[in-house]
Amino acid sequence: MSEYSWPDPATRPLLGKKISRVDGPIKSSGRAKYTYDYNPQGLLAGNILRCPYAHAKITSIDTSAAEKMAGVKAVQVIQKPGTEIFWAGDEVVAVAAVDEATAEDAVRAINVQYEVLPHFVSDAEPPRNLAVSSGPISQDDFEDMEGNQVPDKQVIAAIQKNGISFHLADSYVKELQGFGVEPKVIDALRAAKYVEPTAAQKSPYKKTAVQKQGDPDSAFASAAAVSEGLYGASAITHCCLETHGMAAEWPGANEMTVHISTQNLSGIAPQLAEPLGVPAGNIQVLQQYIGGGFGSKFSPDRWGVAAAQLSKSAGGKPVKMMLDRAAEQEVAGMRPSGFARVKIAADKDGKLVAWESRSWGTGGMAGGGAPPLPYIFEVPNQRKQHVAISTNQGSARAWRAPNHPQAASITMCAMEDLAAKMNIDPVEMLTRNIELTGARAPIYRDELPIAAEMMEWKKNWHPRGDKTAGPVKRGMGLSIHTWGGRGHNSDCDLTIHPDGSVEIKMATQDLGTGCRTIITIVAADTLGIPMDQVKLLIGDSRYPVSGASGGSTTSGGVTSSTRRAAVDARSALFAKVSPALNAQPEDLEAVNQTVRVKSDPGRSLSWKDACAKIGAMPLTIRGKNPDKAKPPDLTNSGVGGVQMADVSVDTETGIVRVNKMVAVQDCGLVVDVKTAESQVKGALIMGISYALYEEKILDPVTGRMLNPNMEFYRLAGIADVGELQVHMMTGKGYDERGVIGLAEPPVVSPGAAISNAVANAIGVRVPFLPLTPARVLEAMVAV
Amino acid sequence: MKDDDAPKPDLGSGLTRRDFIKISGVGAALPLALGPTVVRAAGEDVEVHGPGKVPVALNVNGKTLKEQLEPRVTLLDALRGEFNLTGAKRVCDRGECGACTVLLEGKLVYACMLLAVDAQGKKITTIEGLTEGEALTPVMEAFVANDAQQCGFCTPGFVIATTHFLQQHPNATEDDIRRGLSGNFCRCGTYDGIRAVALARKSNEAQS
Repeated sequence: MSEYSWPDPATRPLLGKKISRVDGPIKSSGRAKYTYDYNPQGLLAGNILRCPYAHAKITSIDTSAAEKMAGVKAVQVIQKPGTEIFWAGDEVVAVAAVDEATAEDAVRAINVQYEVLPHFVSDAEPPRNLAVSSGPISQDDFEDMEGNQVPDKQVIAAIQKNGISFHLADSYVKELQGFGVEPKVIDALRAAKYVEPTAAQKSPYKKTAVQKQGDPDSAFASAAAVSEGLYGASAITHCCLETHGMAAEWPGANEMTVHISTQNLSGIAPQLAEPLGVPAGNIQVLQQYIGGGFGSKFSPDRWGVAAAQLSKSAGGKPVKMMLDRAAEQEVAGMRPSGFARVKIAADKDGKLVAWESRSWGTGGMAGGGAPPLPYIFEVPNQRKQHVAISTNQGSARAWRAPNHPQAASITMCAMEDLAAKMNIDPVEMLTRNIELTGARAPIYRDELPIAAEMMEWKKNWHPRGDKTAGPVKRGMGLSIHTWGGRGHNSDCDLTIHPDGSVEIKMATQDLGTGCRTIITIVAADTLGIPMDQVKLLIGDSRYPVSGASGGSTTSGGVTSSTRRAAVDARSALFAKVSPALNAQPEDLEAVNQTVRVKSDPGRSLSWKDACAKIGAMPLTIRGKNPDKAKPPDLTNSGVGGVQMADVSVDTETGIVRVNKMVAVQDCGLVVDVKTAESQVKGALIMGISYALYEEKILDPVTGRMLNPNMEFYRLAGIADVGELQVHMMTGKGYDERGVIGLAEPPVVSPGAAISNAVANAIGVRVPFLPLTPARVLEAMVAV
Repeated sequence: MKDDDAPKPDLGSGLTRRDFIKISGVGAALPLALGPTVVRAAGEDVEVHGPGKVPVALNVNGKTLKEQLEPRVTLLDALRGEFNLTGAKRVCDRGECGACTVLLEGKLVYACMLLAVDAQGKKITTIEGLTEGEALTPVMEAFVANDAQQCGFCTPGFVIATTHFLQQHPNATEDDIRRGLSGNFCRCGTYDGIRAVALARKSNEAQS
């Protein structure tokens, strides 16, 4: 039987090394073509008229003037008169015209009348006396449970008990299957009764029942120390640099070609088939490069469907519909806000004994976004309750590690406040509670001392409040995090040609994570050939299906299917070559561009000569993940990471600067240390950005986003980022776990680590992220 | 180094897009005329083109590119939409992010903040003009070696900005690098690699 296991360090020339990404040259030279760059002859420009009100009913639509304009090729009403609109920026009418300027003019020429309705956009702390909502489970509740990794049994029980308030579309089922939701959970959804939401549930506030564990009251009463505080993170946007969008054309009456900026190449055609009434098999979906997704690009969205409809109306000509920056910020992505009042207690040794939280937040119109509290630490006695606030804004989308950054900010900051109250060094506090982290405890135990050493924690840390003179105070803080990251379903075809060239086809996508690079590394490493001899073809839905890139599932999936295909192709090649080397196939190895006898390396054929034995036809092998027939499992779930931040706070201006951050991160077997380190550094930078600058600000008067741009929706710039150090856990205890995804986990901790460092510097807690100068000054004044 | 080394739109003698927006009401009231008309607006003499398409000739990467364009078309949109030079990206479209950075007469400009009609007669270099075929410049090679890119959408803008910065500041300090490259934003978080590029190359001969 073939050995599919990942090779030992001694026998892997490429795996686990530092290798430059294979698409680096095409990107740095500006030659990489993104969906936004698709520019064929005769391209029509799409544009959309969006509702200017946060809540309104469409009373009339007059498109006649736009339709008569020279250069306008198609007009498509997306939402008809009578439709209620629930957020500003929602799509009403789409147009296609010969160029962008004409499309803009056409949108301006459309006359839509609205009946303006009252809106609600506040995610301030809800009133205390709300009734508990006990009605059906909404789609958002369900997604929260899945996102928070609630055990399937509990999810099924909740569905059976409460019913559901959403209709289960086939496309949604496919989406869930793509994300690996268990069939028994999907069956429960199918069997669930539909329950109309009650009037109470139509209130913007949806309060869960109190969840209680142990005996929190007596635990608080007998605790050695209790700390109470207010924590949380504001709503932010995805702010993808390449806005969402899609180009559609109809080469035949019932055939469509789509270029789309997506994290879900294999899942787009099934989502387009239904609304467009064309067989999914007749839709070809293409994407080579994507300018950022971060969890917001799994669907063709309404604007993509509109592009396809406009193209059809315009005789099949290509129509490209890219969102403008304002729409991207306002409707195409949002991370829910998550806030909480927390009470936390420890015994005299600093061991956590009790947790109480009243949390709230908004995930837009659908509500939701309940952070899993307390984060990571299984505090024995708990009482918690969450209020989801439904607001008139575009619904939240999965934002890199959904709900975890908010949960970490709340939990790790509460814990640090308790440590400060007890005069315990926070590293020590975490160490004393490490057993409460469960299965990941050994990982954190390895990582904490490494991080502390990289930060020179013992030398530089001081108790809360920098006592040195001068207005600029310095402090350090830390946080830990976890994520699943098991590899998704992935198929690929690996072909060895008789001339020795190798190609792999897989309908996946590289978000800039290094997906192309790690697939190529695994194939070349297994076949003993240089990476440039492997031609990797991705980004075409006609290739074998591979999962969506969400939840850090891609690395484990694509490397597992590639490994199995490469091992099987190598075995098939050995079978063809063995007679010429007068050996049994299992006695051969592929090393350093030769196929040779293990026990007698002198008996060898060059890779090229060996491949010539394949015969006239190429050899193609399908690789799959998962594949129980071909053990072992090559991927795994559950990673741990530790991060520390060193900040300076100017107490006169409230400006926070990050001097240094360190990250110690595990992701099982690291395929490419170089791109893995980049991924972690990128997460630190994104973390600095949401910790200090980013906030989706809504105007209570108009209900509109006040900063739907990149001037006032501020990302961290190069000057805002201090020294970054990353240490990837490798070797024994890590390599043998298999490949685990890395995209989500390192973005979880920066907010909490930076907030804790600020509290350590100035001696008071700034409750909410981002830690803007105004919030910092306000927190200091409040003391 | 001076703060004004950071890329910003070349105000020059031409119209910026904001000026255009300011006076567009005036322009709309003018009778149709051939060639630009000079009017007094915002305290200055300004040329008014159009309305409607006007012939535009741009000197890009050493070639003259001609097209009939509406005066409201930005240099960025002309480069991308009409001439298929898509290395410069449209991201913020308001002079905030630097993804559309190109060189105009050897100076860094945000191509989204300049109208194509006003870029006429000036030497424009886009990222495509830095190389031929599959070749890379040393700065591009350093971007690859230091993994200074992830999704790559901001990368062409950063490559142009870094190339220009290193030519102007061959001995830049780390602090200079932070300030000199702060006219561009990245979302994936590649700044650490970009800093490494600038540091590795700062003592080398200026690259193009």
